[in-house]
Amino acid sequence: MDRNAAERQEVYAWGRLAPRAHLVVPASFGDEMAAAIRATGKRPLLCRGLGRSYGDVALNGGGYLLDTTRADHFLSADWATGLIRAEAGLSLDELLRACVPRGWFLPVTPGTKFVTLGGAVANDVHGKNQESAGTLGCHVRRIGLARSSGDVIELSPEREEPLFAATIGGLGLTGVILWVEVQLAPISSAQVEVERLAMADLEDFFRLSAESGEWPYTVAWVDSLARGRALGRGLFIRARHREGGPLVSHGVPRFAAPHAARHLLNSKTVALFNLLYRRRPWATGRRTMHYDRFFYPLDSLLHWNRLYGPRGFFQHQSVVPMKDAPRTVRRLLELTAESGGPSYLTVLKILGDRPSPGLLSFPMPGVTLALDLANRGETTRRLLGRLADAVVAAGGRLYPAKDATMSGDAFRTGYPAWRRLEQHRDPALMSDFWRRVIADVP
Amino acid sequence: MSEPGLVVVLGATSAIAQAYARRRAVTGARFILLARREERLAAVATDLAARGAACAEPVAMDLSAVAEIERAVETIHAQFGAPQEIVLAYGTLGDQPALERDIPAAKGALDVNFVSAALWLLAFLKRRDAASPLTCVVIGSVAGDRGRASNFIYGAAKGGLDVFVQGLMHAYAGTPVRFVLVKPGLVDTPMTAAFVKSGPLWSSPERIAADMERAVRRGRRVIYSPWFWWPIMTVIRALPWFVFRRLKI
Repeated sequence: MDRNAAERQEVYAWGRLAPRAHLVVPASFGDEMAAAIRATGKRPLLCRGLGRSYGDVALNGGGYLLDTTRADHFLSADWATGLIRAEAGLSLDELLRACVPRGWFLPVTPGTKFVTLGGAVANDVHGKNQESAGTLGCHVRRIGLARSSGDVIELSPEREEPLFAATIGGLGLTGVILWVEVQLAPISSAQVEVERLAMADLEDFFRLSAESGEWPYTVAWVDSLARGRALGRGLFIRARHREGGPLVSHGVPRFAAPHAARHLLNSKTVALFNLLYRRRPWATGRRTMHYDRFFYPLDSLLHWNRLYGPRGFFQHQSVVPMKDAPRTVRRLLELTAESGGPSYLTVLKILGDRPSPGLLSFPMPGVTLALDLANRGETTRRLLGRLADAVVAAGGRLYPAKDATMSGDAFRTGYPAWRRLEQHRDPALMSDFWRRVIADVP
Repeated sequence: MSEPGLVVVLGATSAIAQAYARRRAVTGARFILLARREERLAAVATDLAARGAACAEPVAMDLSAVAEIERAVETIHAQFGAPQEIVLAYGTLGDQPALERDIPAAKGALDVNFVSAALWLLAFLKRRDAASPLTCVVIGSVAGDRGRASNFIYGAAKGGLDVFVQGLMHAYAGTPVRFVLVKPGLVDTPMTAAFVKSGPLWSSPERIAADMERAVRRGRRVIYSPWFWWPIMTVIRALPWFVFRRLKI
């Protein structure tokens, strides 16, 4: 790597907890990415895309960060079959702009389109259609991987399967992902039909989830301040692509959040928001909207993470197995409500049993819960610890892409295949997350 | 429009050229792409085709090899017809203190940024069909507005190009040939990778590309990009010597 091009920079993760110093190296083409991993020297390297992971999976304090966002070329695109191959830095945002007008959509999409293809594969992201479509890894056909040995390897389920499996959800540790080949899903309209239903409690969530077989996209928004019998109150949201209609891609976001002096999302504002969100007259019912509004509501406000103020915020996302899920989820919501630190955005969703090829993929059959929590220091960390304990005790696990605090023990119990990823890890690569969760290996 | 326009991009792997070409690709333009590195050029070509370009032909060559220019222009005309637009987007920033000591390297920087660039324009203008419209989009730089200690070799080349294009505008006034000179400020591209980029003065190649496209559409002759470089450079040009000499810029 051209060390002259490395630039010392303080880099935040999406949660903006604490910046860490890195030597940032930009890459604009595949050959530069491959060259970077061959020339790391003593400092470890890590690839970074658009920086939407919350904790430290995309941080490598004191080491090199390879900024892949300019390596964003389509390497092939067959718009007749929807099979595309693109460099790791291509954002889902740009991919959608190209594929939607031609009648294709992402087979699986996370809640933001501002992630790179490489990052999406490294974290094996899932979306609101996880029950039927699985994770993004289920739709990846091939991966180009550069290793520090100088090898550039083509991975697929047929060739180099163990490394293919380790790379999907491999947190970017198996090598530098140069490109990804993915099979897109056909659509005949850019619009989705969305139905929102009032959810009085947790029972409603399980009932509505079971009744929504006709709807590939499901998710539930929960009022985190509700307690007792009302616990789990919120809105159940389900959607499907419309048949026929204009195939227009999305626009450009016009608003950016300012740097907030202190976090604007306190218990009063959250309570007010939750009330309005649930009670507004148009909260429930059926409507048709553009995919951008349905899948990516937060993308319309750039830098929304700044709203949490200078101390940043945490996200907790966990999955617990279906057996005992109602009880465990109730427990997790109670712990959150008791702590008094309100969760601005609380989301529940059923995860299905479609397996991912990924070795360390997050989803398992059960229920996933996501909470956004402003950083209030020890109080918040204690709550996160209690939540993690309850999840692990129930046989569940936490999502590395969201996590900043879980113990090595909690990680290794949740992901028993971690040793195999460590075996496949390229010695030139490391992340703060991986250091944290394997540091105390006995 | 019957046939989509043919756009020749000189320096097609540069960040600004790519961002601009992607905007044009969406409208179904046809491209001839020139740059030195074959593999990277191929990536840019497939990328533009995937994004909607009607065709994107890569031509790998060293753009500063002035002996090759006329032949390359001839080949482009013979194989693909007359271009409607030429985008001149290549250049090297270089390390000013090192260039001051390394005379052959300094000559190389002047050749790349000025001599070859001027000759490409002359060669295309010489070969053009007199009746058909042609737009030449030339990327200059704010560095060309006033010689400064930190980058006067690059600045002189871009300033020379500025005067050259002014002359062409004058010479071709009243013909269907138009020129657009774009002067970007600080742009976060691989060319500037050695700088620490923060603060409001840095912009993205996408921002510059959007300004370029608007300037071409509106028939502007000279634009600063983003716009705030116009007042900044107006002040810098007007600074009296006793102030200017104290500035570390």
